[in-house]
Amino acid sequence: MVDVSEETIRRLKKQAVVLRRHIIRMTHSVQSGHPGGSMSACDLVTALYFHVLHVDAKNPTWADRDRFVLSKGHACPVWYAALAERGFFPVDELLTFRKINSRLQGHPELGTTPGVENAAGAEGQGLSFSVGLSLAARVDHKTWRTYCLMGDGEQDVGQTWEAAMAAAKYGLDNLTGIIDRNGIQQEGRTEDIMPLEPLAEKWEAFNWHVLNIDGHDFRQILAAIEEAHRTRGRPTVIIARTVKGKGVSFMENKIKYHGAATTDEELRLALAELDAQEAAM
Amino acid sequence: MTAAGPWKMESQRSYFGKALVDLGRRNPDVVVVGADTTESIKTIDFGKAFPDRLFQLGIAEPNMVSVAAGLAAAGKIAFAATYSVFGSGHTYNIIRQNVAYTNLNVKIFCSHAGLSVGPDGATHQINEDIGLMRGLPRMTVLVPADGPQTAKCVDAAADLKGPVYCRFSRTNVPTLTSMDDDFRIGRAYTMRDGSDVTLIGCGLMVARCLQAAETLAKEGVHARVINLPTVKPFDTATIDRAARETGGIVTAEEHTVVHGIGAAVADLVVNNHPVPIEMVGVHDVFGESGEAEELLQKYGLTAEKIAEAARRVVRRRTR
Repeated sequence: MVDVSEETIRRLKKQAVVLRRHIIRMTHSVQSGHPGGSMSACDLVTALYFHVLHVDAKNPTWADRDRFVLSKGHACPVWYAALAERGFFPVDELLTFRKINSRLQGHPELGTTPGVENAAGAEGQGLSFSVGLSLAARVDHKTWRTYCLMGDGEQDVGQTWEAAMAAAKYGLDNLTGIIDRNGIQQEGRTEDIMPLEPLAEKWEAFNWHVLNIDGHDFRQILAAIEEAHRTRGRPTVIIARTVKGKGVSFMENKIKYHGAATTDEELRLALAELDAQEAAM
Repeated sequence: MTAAGPWKMESQRSYFGKALVDLGRRNPDVVVVGADTTESIKTIDFGKAFPDRLFQLGIAEPNMVSVAAGLAAAGKIAFAATYSVFGSGHTYNIIRQNVAYTNLNVKIFCSHAGLSVGPDGATHQINEDIGLMRGLPRMTVLVPADGPQTAKCVDAAADLKGPVYCRFSRTNVPTLTSMDDDFRIGRAYTMRDGSDVTLIGCGLMVARCLQAAETLAKEGVHARVINLPTVKPFDTATIDRAARETGGIVTAEEHTVVHGIGAAVADLVVNNHPVPIEMVGVHDVFGESGEAEELLQKYGLTAEKIAEAARRVVRRRTR
């Protein structure tokens, strides 16, 4: 286990509450978007953007930056919130999300939003894109790394497995896949819609190094990423067990909040819960 | 004036493969991805010259296109090459989201376009790719008429910042141009002057337009012939001038007339200077097995059909 201070863990937990508050407000403000899958991924994104990634908000296209690719594009509220909090663009801009003339599109657009690295929306393309990035780093003998955050729903997509084979073929140890395993997709439980289990064994069979963690435990998240760094000769996938809607009790594990925003009353309750969590830290 | 033959028959794929190696030698940022067709489409030569810059990704074209996009996002000029039915049709939404929307430096070069694929049959004969690709915002669409023009498309695509789709033939085609000829993306080339009607062709149909013009000349009809190697961006000035100066147009393409170059020409002409137009192409049907030339004959992609269409245009014309 890597040595991470209590102070770091506390800082990350607080940061994650801030991001969750943004997610709730953004989706409430426009009364659309995907809060559930943004909140399940929130601790993973927080760990990456506030502890792991070498990125520069003042120079978003710095050639040697680490790349974060959001394959599950519908979870972009958490990405935008992290980028804004890291200073890539003003926090005030978050409430333009999904509205006309905004830089914060309903699904990520490359070239428009500072810090966004890929276009996503149609599922299952991000890992392939990440393979391309990782191959480019290798061709150029660069040490920057690529992290691809996938949903579990997009494990249904054939292209995900095309990419998995390619990454293993080329032994891309500079690529880390992370699966936000919240168990819910648009129309129901993943195991009802299209059973994925045994998921870890699938990735192992595709010659990936597989790690299973609690995706809401920062120590486990950081340890897994560290282990991925140390792993040579093959890519690592971190299967992070998460809770859809994590952080707001009435949203947790509810299929509805995959693609539904909170009402005014729910907004009040959600923010009160998040405030209480922050105060308790 | 370009003569209507006899022409040397040459492989566009061979010109493509060689041009890619030459480009790779000049520019270390050029990389190539393939999908189990590298030998057929001649990208294997690039792989032999630069083993670290060719990525064989197997029968997985969606992955191939997205990998190319990722390579481009990291600063590479990524050529993705395979057969056009896989490189455009099978991958349409991948190209849309990862290549066109992102405006990345991905160059999709596809052989085996249209009916002239031959015996493999309808599953492999895509007659819809030009329309699919020209409908995508930010996409440049190239249809070289012959080998030398295919080679020039490689260089021009590499020099252009942004996505490119280029389609060409499996079968050998007549060599109409030379490596010394001018080639610029966005430009249509007048191959033969004439004032009575204009024949606009792309790909292997350009030679057939020249043959039709020869036939028409014997009847006293002077046809202008335009080679349209860039379908998008469209050379509106050259086409508009042809409509005004000749008063009638025939388009000829190895592609469906539903949304190919005929539709592109008609779209321009109807808005600027309406004149009679006839379209020679595939009329909303699938192909079938047969030798390339047998198929082109059966589906009416011939110099004779172009000449017949030109006679109809001349009759319809009111000047």
